[in-house]
Amino acid sequence: MRSNHVAVVGAAETTELGIIPNASQLQLHADAALNAIADAGLKLSDIDGFATAVETPQQVCHYLGIKPTWVDGTSVGGCSFMLHVRHAAAAIEAGLCKTVLITHAESGKSMIGKLPRSTPADSLNGQFEAPYGVYGPPSMFPIPVLRFMKTYGITHEQLASVAVVQREWAAKNPRAMMKDPITVADVLNSRMIAYPFRLLQCCLVTDGGGALILTSADRAKDFPRKPVYIMGTGESVETPMVSQMETFNSSRAFKTAGPLAFKEAGIAHGDVDHLMIYDAFAHLPLFGLGDLGFMPYEETGKFIADGNTRPGAKLPLNTNGGGLSYMHSGMYGMYALQESVRQMRGIAPAQVPNAKISVCHGVGGMFAASGTIVFTNER
Amino acid sequence: MAEPQRARPKPTPETQHFWDGTKAGELRLQRCDACTHVYFPPRPFCPSCASRKVSVFKASGKGFLYSYVINHRPAAPGFTPPYAIAVVELAEGPRMMSNIIDCPQTPEALELDMKLEVAFQALDDKITLPVFRPAKG
Repeated sequence: MRSNHVAVVGAAETTELGIIPNASQLQLHADAALNAIADAGLKLSDIDGFATAVETPQQVCHYLGIKPTWVDGTSVGGCSFMLHVRHAAAAIEAGLCKTVLITHAESGKSMIGKLPRSTPADSLNGQFEAPYGVYGPPSMFPIPVLRFMKTYGITHEQLASVAVVQREWAAKNPRAMMKDPITVADVLNSRMIAYPFRLLQCCLVTDGGGALILTSADRAKDFPRKPVYIMGTGESVETPMVSQMETFNSSRAFKTAGPLAFKEAGIAHGDVDHLMIYDAFAHLPLFGLGDLGFMPYEETGKFIADGNTRPGAKLPLNTNGGGLSYMHSGMYGMYALQESVRQMRGIAPAQVPNAKISVCHGVGGMFAASGTIVFTNER
Repeated sequence: MAEPQRARPKPTPETQHFWDGTKAGELRLQRCDACTHVYFPPRPFCPSCASRKVSVFKASGKGFLYSYVINHRPAAPGFTPPYAIAVVELAEGPRMMSNIIDCPQTPEALELDMKLEVAFQALDDKITLPVFRPAKG
C-alpha cells in the first residue's frame, strides 16, 4: 500500500462510555457510527464500504440502513479494527469503494444483546486447553509472562509500573473510567487474579464502541476535520491457542505486523511521537516495545518503570489511559485507534505537543493476531 | 443439582489416536516421516513441510515447566482455586497446556524449568487427561 493516499476523515466513540445499561450492543454500533458520520459531515448514504467484527456486516449495515458495495467481516479479536483500516485503505486505493465506515461496539459489562462466546468441546482449544481450567482471558493471556520475566530479567515491580504510568495518563482524561492515582504498592497489593497478575494489571470490563470513516487522501481535504493519513500498515495471525505460541519470549504476530507497518511508512523508531500498544494486560506494552523493535526486551520493563512513557516523557504510550484505566469493552483496538486519531488531530485530552507520527499496535485473542497502523497528520 | 463439571474434550477423527493413547496410559505425538518434525496438537499432515506421511509414536512423557499462571478468579467449573494452568515443554519439542499435580500450587513450589513427567487422570470412561507431576530423581 502507498503511504498517505488514504485518510481518516471521521472518528468518534459512543456518546457514553463505561456502564451503559440502556443500549444493546447493536445500538452501540449505531451510536458510534452516527457520531462518526456526523463528525465527518457525511450522510449515511455516502457510505459505500463497511467493516466490523464479531457482529456481521449484514447485521450492522441493515440496522443502520447502509447499502455497501464492499464489506469486510474480519474478526480476529481486539485488533480486528487495525486490520479493517489496512483492508479499507487497500480497497479504496483499488477503487472498490470510496468511503468506508468501520464500527466496533461491545456491551462487555452490561451484556445486552451480546453474542455468546463459547469454546466447542471438539475444537482444538476445547480439547487441549479448556480441560485444564482456562476460563476467560485473565486465566490465559498472562500465561507467557513468567517465562518472559525469567528470560529478560523483568521484575514484578516493573510490570506493576505499567498500570501506574497509564493511570497518570488516565487522570488527564475526563472520559477515563479510572482516574485516581495509584502506586506500585497499590498494584502489588490489589486482589490476585491469575498469578503473577493482580486486579490492577488486568483490563477493565466496560460497555462502549467507536467508529472510523476512511476515504482517499485527495477527497480528505474537503472534509471538516483535519485529515489523519494512513502512513503504514501491517497484520498477521499466529495461533488461537496461547499454549502453542512459537515462544513466550515474544509474539510472532507482533513481530510480523509491527515491522511491516514501519517499513511501509518508511519511518525509524526515533520518528515516533506517540505510541499506542493494546494493553489488555500489563505485559503487553513490554512485548510491544520489544517486538516492534523500540529496544531490547531486557530494557522494556526498566524503560516504563523509569518513567519514559509517562506524560511529558520521550515516548508517550497509551495516552488515553489504555485498557487498564480508560476503558475495555472486550475488543479495545478501536479505542487505541481513536486515541491515535485524536492525537494526530491535536485534540486529545492529554495531547502530545506537536505530535506528527502515531503508531497504533493491536493484539487479538491471546497473542493470536496483530495489526499495526502508522498514522500521520502531514502529507 | 450436580456439581459443575470440568470441561471435557470431545475427540475428532484427527485427534482420536491421542485420546485413545491417554486412555491406554500413553502420551502420543506425531512425527513427520518426510522431515522428522514432531508436532502437537494432532493433525494428519506435517505443519512444517505439508507431507501427509506422518506417524504416531509414544512420547517419553518427560518435559519441563515452560510457564504458568496460578488462577484465582474466576475459577473454571470443576476447579477449586488457586490452581496452576501450566505449559509444559516436552522432551520431543512440542509444548502442551496441562495441570501440575503432586505439587503445591504456589510460586515457590512451581519453579520454571523444573523437570516434569506425565501422569494420567481419568475424567470418565471415555476421556483421560494427560497431566504432569514433578519428575522423580
